[in-house]
Amino acid sequence: MTDALVELHRLTVNFDDRPVVDHVDLRVQRGDIITIIGPNGAGKTTLIKAILGLQPISGGALKIAPGLTIGYVPQHLTLETTLPLSVRRFMLLSGRSHQECMEALTKTGVEHLLHASVHRLSGGEKQRLLLARALARRPDLLVLDEPAQGVDINGQAALYELIRSLRDELNCGVIMISHDLHLVMAATDKVICLNQHVCCSGYPADISHDPAFIETFGRPVAESLAVYHHHHNHSHDLHGDVVSADHDDHTECSHAHH
Amino acid sequence: MPIIDAVLGDFFWRALIGGLGVALIAGPLGCFVVWRRMAYFGDTLAHSALLGIALSFLISVPLNVGVIVTCVVLAIALVLFSRSKTLATDTLLGILAHSALAIGLVTLSFMPDIRVDLTGLLFGDLLAMSRNDLLWIYGGALLILALLTVLWRGLLMSTIHEELARVEGVPVERLRLVLMLMFSIVIAVAMKIVGVLLITALLIIPAATARRLAGNPEHMVGLAILFGFIAVSGGLTMSWHLDTPAGPSVVVTGFAVFLLVYGSARQVQT
Repeated sequence: MTDALVELHRLTVNFDDRPVVDHVDLRVQRGDIITIIGPNGAGKTTLIKAILGLQPISGGALKIAPGLTIGYVPQHLTLETTLPLSVRRFMLLSGRSHQECMEALTKTGVEHLLHASVHRLSGGEKQRLLLARALARRPDLLVLDEPAQGVDINGQAALYELIRSLRDELNCGVIMISHDLHLVMAATDKVICLNQHVCCSGYPADISHDPAFIETFGRPVAESLAVYHHHHNHSHDLHGDVVSADHDDHTECSHAHH
Repeated sequence: MPIIDAVLGDFFWRALIGGLGVALIAGPLGCFVVWRRMAYFGDTLAHSALLGIALSFLISVPLNVGVIVTCVVLAIALVLFSRSKTLATDTLLGILAHSALAIGLVTLSFMPDIRVDLTGLLFGDLLAMSRNDLLWIYGGALLILALLTVLWRGLLMSTIHEELARVEGVPVERLRLVLMLMFSIVIAVAMKIVGVLLITALLIIPAATARRLAGNPEHMVGLAILFGFIAVSGGLTMSWHLDTPAGPSVVVTGFAVFLLVYGSARQVQT
């Protein structure tokens, strides 16, 4: 088994003694795409901020591989109107060469905006710019907080497809938060349903049948998701190892209530 | 050299040379004030300068040192207080700005033996610039320009997106402290020219004027320095000829340029 890029063991973050992230276990390896879903206030952003080192943790352990380069795509890029900034300047502030920046912009399909002002980009263009900024750093781990926000429905599918192909190309790990359940479920390798604690986790085809998932998102959502999945002749356990398809391989917590 | 002596022997030239030195650092720092929405914060620090002056007299240290130390202490206190989030930042700033000013004035009134030109401190004084002040201004300017050059990418990045900067390894908190230190220095050295009540104006008016014409951050800094030069030289000339107070004259000139630029120039689309 390859080494983990990031490993969380019973990670807990408290706000005023109230757990916002509660005993979460997670392991990310190269090539993994892990999507965190969950209702509002489930602690999704807090969890990734803890992984990014932006949020102090209250308990548990967080192991980051030494020398790990993280590419972070934040939820928004809200720029003060008083700060003039071109796409080119913003990319070069990453400290990478002009050529690396151009390659990254080309990969995310916004190289034609090189001389445009960041202030004048649309929501989708901004997301692609932020993604390019993260790519220019040649990340081992890509962390995205709702990357498809402000992107229209066609663009969303394309964006998730892009993330997937970038994962293949860079062989990096990906952790992302998403609300676009149907798109994510169609395109991700592993889903973690967070509701402070890990409510359920596993592969899309399995998780949509999970009682905990159905309880959180409702039966109609779960049923609409099921149609997106083709049948696998095998399945994976939590570490990505292939296991036989006929037993239920996803994990599920016991819903300890606080 | 006799020519330098002649120039430095003239109080108007001393004020002008000093003023241009102040504008040189007020330009880039003013841009950060505008970008980071710190105008009120700068005002609070400037108001506390008067407290610094009073304390300098009390414990007999050079005025500039007293002002820098007081500003730095207040700046750190502000950062720590605003983290606790018990009061909205503008309320907190309002309380501290006016309390620092009031405590400074009350303390000065307890020292009747010391003659302080209060109007000069509050609104600037053309006649007050000494050779020693020039040394402080250009020493401070050199230090600030060196710091800005070395730390530019990190400072700019943490201004654009603090969390992104942090993930990329920029020491955001340490840079914030350095920025506070730079503000404290500029306040201490600008006090003589424009006075504590108008320092913020010298920081934000040239920067805001520059925004209208600038296409990138560095361009904006350059223009802010230029507009600062115009405000200082125009204002001091006005003060000299019309016998108006130095600080307000500088601010009025800067404001006139601001109106002119915003009235005539089309916004640059960046």
